[in-house]
Order: sequence, then C-alpha cells, then structure tokens
Amino acid sequence: MTYHLEFSALLPYWQDLAWGLWFTVVLTVVSTVAGIAVGTLGASARSFGPPWLSGLVRVYVELIRNTPFIVQLFFIFFGLPALGLKLSETTAAFIAMVVNLGAYSTEIIRAGIDAVPKGHIEAGVSLAMTRLEVLRYIVLRQAFAKIYPALSSQIVIVMLGSAVVSQISAPDLTYAANFIQSRNFRAFEVYFVVALIYLVLSILLRYLLRLIGDRFVRVG
Amino acid sequence: MSLVSIRDVRKSYGDVEVLKGVSLEVEKGDVVAIIGRSGSGKSTLLRCINGLETYQSGAILADGIEVGGEHANLRELRRHVGMVFQQFNLFPHLTAAENVMLAPTVVNKTPKKEARAIAAEVLAKVGLSEKMDAYPSQLSGGQQQRVAIARSLAMRPKVLLCDEITSALDPELVNEVLRVVEQLAKEGMTLILVTHEMRFARDVGTHLVFMHHGKVHESGAPKAVFAAPQTPELQQFVSGIG
Amino acid sequence: MSDFSFWIILKNLIWATQWTVYLSLIAFVGGGIVGLILLFLRTSQVKWLEVPTKLYIEFFQGTPLLMQLFLFFFGVALFGIEVSPWMAAGLALTLWTSAFLTEIWRGCVEAIPKGQWEASGSLAMSYIEQMRYVILPQAMRIAIAPTVGFSVQVIKGTALASIIGFVELTKAGTMLNNATFRPFLVYALVALIYFCLCFPLSWFAKRLEGKLNVAR
Repeated sequence: MTYHLEFSALLPYWQDLAWGLWFTVVLTVVSTVAGIAVGTLGASARSFGPPWLSGLVRVYVELIRNTPFIVQLFFIFFGLPALGLKLSETTAAFIAMVVNLGAYSTEIIRAGIDAVPKGHIEAGVSLAMTRLEVLRYIVLRQAFAKIYPALSSQIVIVMLGSAVVSQISAPDLTYAANFIQSRNFRAFEVYFVVALIYLVLSILLRYLLRLIGDRFVRVG
Repeated sequence: MSLVSIRDVRKSYGDVEVLKGVSLEVEKGDVVAIIGRSGSGKSTLLRCINGLETYQSGAILADGIEVGGEHANLRELRRHVGMVFQQFNLFPHLTAAENVMLAPTVVNKTPKKEARAIAAEVLAKVGLSEKMDAYPSQLSGGQQQRVAIARSLAMRPKVLLCDEITSALDPELVNEVLRVVEQLAKEGMTLILVTHEMRFARDVGTHLVFMHHGKVHESGAPKAVFAAPQTPELQQFVSGIG
Repeated sequence: MSDFSFWIILKNLIWATQWTVYLSLIAFVGGGIVGLILLFLRTSQVKWLEVPTKLYIEFFQGTPLLMQLFLFFFGVALFGIEVSPWMAAGLALTLWTSAFLTEIWRGCVEAIPKGQWEASGSLAMSYIEQMRYVILPQAMRIAIAPTVGFSVQVIKGTALASIIGFVELTKAGTMLNNATFRPFLVYALVALIYFCLCFPLSWFAKRLEGKLNVAR
C-alpha cells in the first residue's frame, strides 16, 4: 500500500466542520419540529377531515414517499424558480426537509390514530367534548405514545438524509466535507471523519429522543 | 315533561331495520332496565339517546333537547346525559383522577383545582379514593368500570346511560359495580340501563322494558312483569335465563 | 433551446431509468444475500460473531448513504484501486441495503415465539437447522411486506449514485436540465418516473401487510 493516512490534514479546517455541523443540527431540529407539526395536521385531516382534504393529503403523502429526497430538493430549488418562486439554498433545504418529514410523519401519526380504539372516541364524545377536543386530548396523545418509536427512527433517517442538501450548496456538514477535500485532497480521511461525526450525531439524536420520550410520552 | 322522551323511533342499517318504532318515556328518578336478546336493538336504542347513533324517523328529546337532526346541539345534550360503556373506554394515557377531570376542565372550563376536588368526590363515591393516581392498566376491570362511572358523574348528568356495563367483567367483579349503580339509584339518579343482570333489573329497576325484534315488546313494573310475563317471547326469555 | 421537445426529454429519461432499475436490482439482490448471512451471524448467540455484525449495521444505518458512496468512490481510489461509479455505487448500495434488511429480518425472527426454538432445539436440531427448517419459514411470511416496502427505499437510494457521476434517472435529469433549461418540467418528469417505479411496490407492500393482519 503506497497511500498513507493523514488525519492531521483535517485540523486546519476544524472551523469549517464546526459550522457545517451547526447547520446540520439546526436543519434537523427545525425540520423535526415543523415536520411533526405538518404531520399532525396532515394526519388529523386525513382521518377526520372532509373527503376532498383527506384525498389531497393522501396524494401529498404518496408523492413524497415514493420519490427520492434529492429529486424533491432539486424540484424545489431548480424547478420552482421557473414558476417565479426563487429560493435561497438554505430556504430550499429547510422547505424540502419539512415537506419530506411532514409526509412521513403524516403517515406514521395516522397509523397511530387508527390504532386508537373507537370506544375511546365515543367515550370522549359522550362526555360532551367536541371532535377537536377529542382529537387533541384523547386521540393524538395516545397516537403519539404508540408511534413514538417509529417517529424517532424516521427523524434519524431524515437527519442522515439531510446530507443531500449539500448538492444545492446549502452549507451543511457534507458541504463542509466536500469543500475540505477539494482543498487538501484527502478525500478518504475527510469523508471517514465526517461519516463518524454523523454516526455520533445519530447515536446522540436517538438517545435524546429516547429521553424526551421517557419524559413526555407515556401510556399508563 | 319527561326527562327523556322517545317517540316512534326507527333506524335501519342498510336494509335491516333494527328499531321499528320505539316509544318510551323516562321521568326524573326512574331506573329503567332494558332487557332482551342480543340483536333486539336495545344497545342501539341507548346509543341513539346521546347521539352516538343517528335514527331515520321519530324523535328523541333528552332534557328538552332534540337529539336527531342535522343541527342537534349534541354538545349541550351530552353535558347532561352521561354514558358508561361495556368496554369501560378509560383513556389509558391518563390516571383515574385525570380521566375524571378531563371533561370538566375541557368542556366546562372548570379550574384544575376545583376539578380535582370533583374527582376526589366522585371517586370516593365509587369507593376508589385511594386509586386516584393509578393508571387504568393498574386497575382491575371492576375498578376501571367504577372509574368510568365516576368520570360520567363528574359532569353532574341528569341521566346516566349504562350499556351492558358488567358484561365485560369477570363474574366476581360484577357485584362491586352493581352496588355502585344501586347506590346511585337510591340517591335519585335517573338511570337507563341495558343489562343482562335480571335480578338487578328486578330489585333496583322502577321500570322494565323487554325489547324484541326492534320493538318494545312488553314493559311495566319489574316485579310484576317478571312474576307474570304476558307474551310467550318474554316467558321464553325469562325461563331461558333462569 | 426548445429543440429539445417534451418527447425527447421524456425518451432520454426513460432510457436512463433502466440504469436505475439495474442498480436497484443489484443492490437489492446483493443486499439480500449479504443481509441473510449477517442475519445468521447476528442471531447466532455467539458473542464474537454478533458484535462485529452489530457494528457493521450501526455504521451503515447511522451514517448517510451519501457518505458511504463518497467513501467508496473517492476513498478507495486513493489506495490505488481503480473504482468506477458503477462499482462504488453497486457496492455501497449493496452494503447499505444489507444492513437494513438484516435489521428488518431480525425483527421478524424475534417475533417467532420462543417455544419454536425450544421445541426444535429439543428435537436435537442445530442452530442452522433450526433456522432453516423451523424459524425462517415462519419468519419469511411476516418478512415479505416490510421487505417489499424497503425495496422502495433502495430505488430511492440509487438516486444518490448520481452524485458520484453514475448516469441513472436523477443524473440524466440534471444533464437534461443543463441542456434544456427547463428544470420544472425535467424534475417533475423525473419525480413522476420514480413515482411510477415506487408506488406499485408501496401499494403492494401495504396490501400484503393488510392481508397478513387479517390472517392472524
């Protein structure tokens, strides 16, 4: 083997990595919160909305779940300006992430809603609660407890998928990696280290989500 | 005027008519026991009274509020008409006290502290003071059903509908629930119960309604009806149980 | 600019779709084979076999697929091994797929009641025999739906091969966009073709799942 690994070649670029990491973290947190909000509305509309709205949500979910994230990203960033909607790299990245996680969490939360026994809804209604109150206090609480693990895995998957936003030059961790290896020509070292950073990030994220789950999401 | 007034109610699922013109008047303080075979329409009738089921013709008035129709004020109705289910339907993510407090806080906007006091009071009434902070999964079936009764009582209903509330219970747990209901009857609560507990219907009920093929087939004072059933169907039903 | 008609764009995209299909098949079949081997190691109850398998799965499930592609494509080349986009993409996607399939299948194996292991074990069967004749035939039934479901992820995953220069559907879209400057049309068509590939599989997976639930 003639090649010698030189991990020290990364050191001068630690600030680039830090900024990239920061971007990836913010991107993940914001799209998680917004994506779950979209998913909650979507699932509620899908389960309890009028047929036209329910159908519309279904089309959204299926379109997103059956196309690659990178194509969604390109469509938003390159395609939408053709309609006069010009977005910055960062905005496009955030929107694509929210749209993507929104669709997945709609589907996941809906499965949770379906799993809530019909009798619980009837009991709530019999206590004079409105449909919205039943949804908020009885159905969604139980649905979230049921699907929390599935939602957590999806959040990790979406975080890892966010590496793709580097392809429209959104300044995330992968973008930083690409930049560094174009400067120091140490592709393997750079990608190896960055892959490890992602690995740590996903382990931490999983741990954090479990903590949040233990603290806030429970069923008797 | 009657507290609950049911007039010639008809209901079908597709081609199958399950209620074929049912009429019934329930006065304040009445304890009406509805008996009959499964499929006789008794549960459907009960569920029509608080709007869980719709009906095609006739009229139901509960506490002066029209139940049927597009714009029925079901929310207002249900504040005064409580319901207890066969399967308890406690909310598993809430403790016993939280189950009881939910409707008062959400629907009546009762402050949390006051709602907690109500919960303590009604849970004491069903004999579960020490289980306030237990989750449903930590309670026996009988205890769960008593919490469900307390949950309805917290809304101070004028009438309580009980849909086969002991049918899902193990035999040794039936009595603790029936005792609670009996106590409610003694205190003057208006009750409409669909039940298979014939002895309870006879001893506690003020009225007995025997439903058969979607109609009120026979009715009257429980002791008299049980002592001398007039129709062959009720004779057969009573002896079949015996 | 407009001598690229709608039909020429569509024709080129459909031509490129075949490479998406080939790459998906390679990754799925290859990933299935590697995944099955890993499944045996992972459930073997032998510590020194389980731990490395676990690390392998952790790495491929815990890092972005894009990073894995970069590592194979740029990284390995530096060691003097010539790597074509084909090889890098095929290899990375295969290993990535295998990690996910192993985990999916492990869940199915673990869903089989313990009594089945005990019963077959008390018939003097070896671990391999237990898996082969008792556990896998039952686990396979419940594994079909999630496996078909994951094939959709594989197809979507191949889109990332475009980034290391493998010409499949997404890369063809980028190239056609550069030539025609009609990004809205091009990417809408690309998305539509992916949808046509993936939706039937998603639908089929869901149907299988429903059927199984009824059967139980």
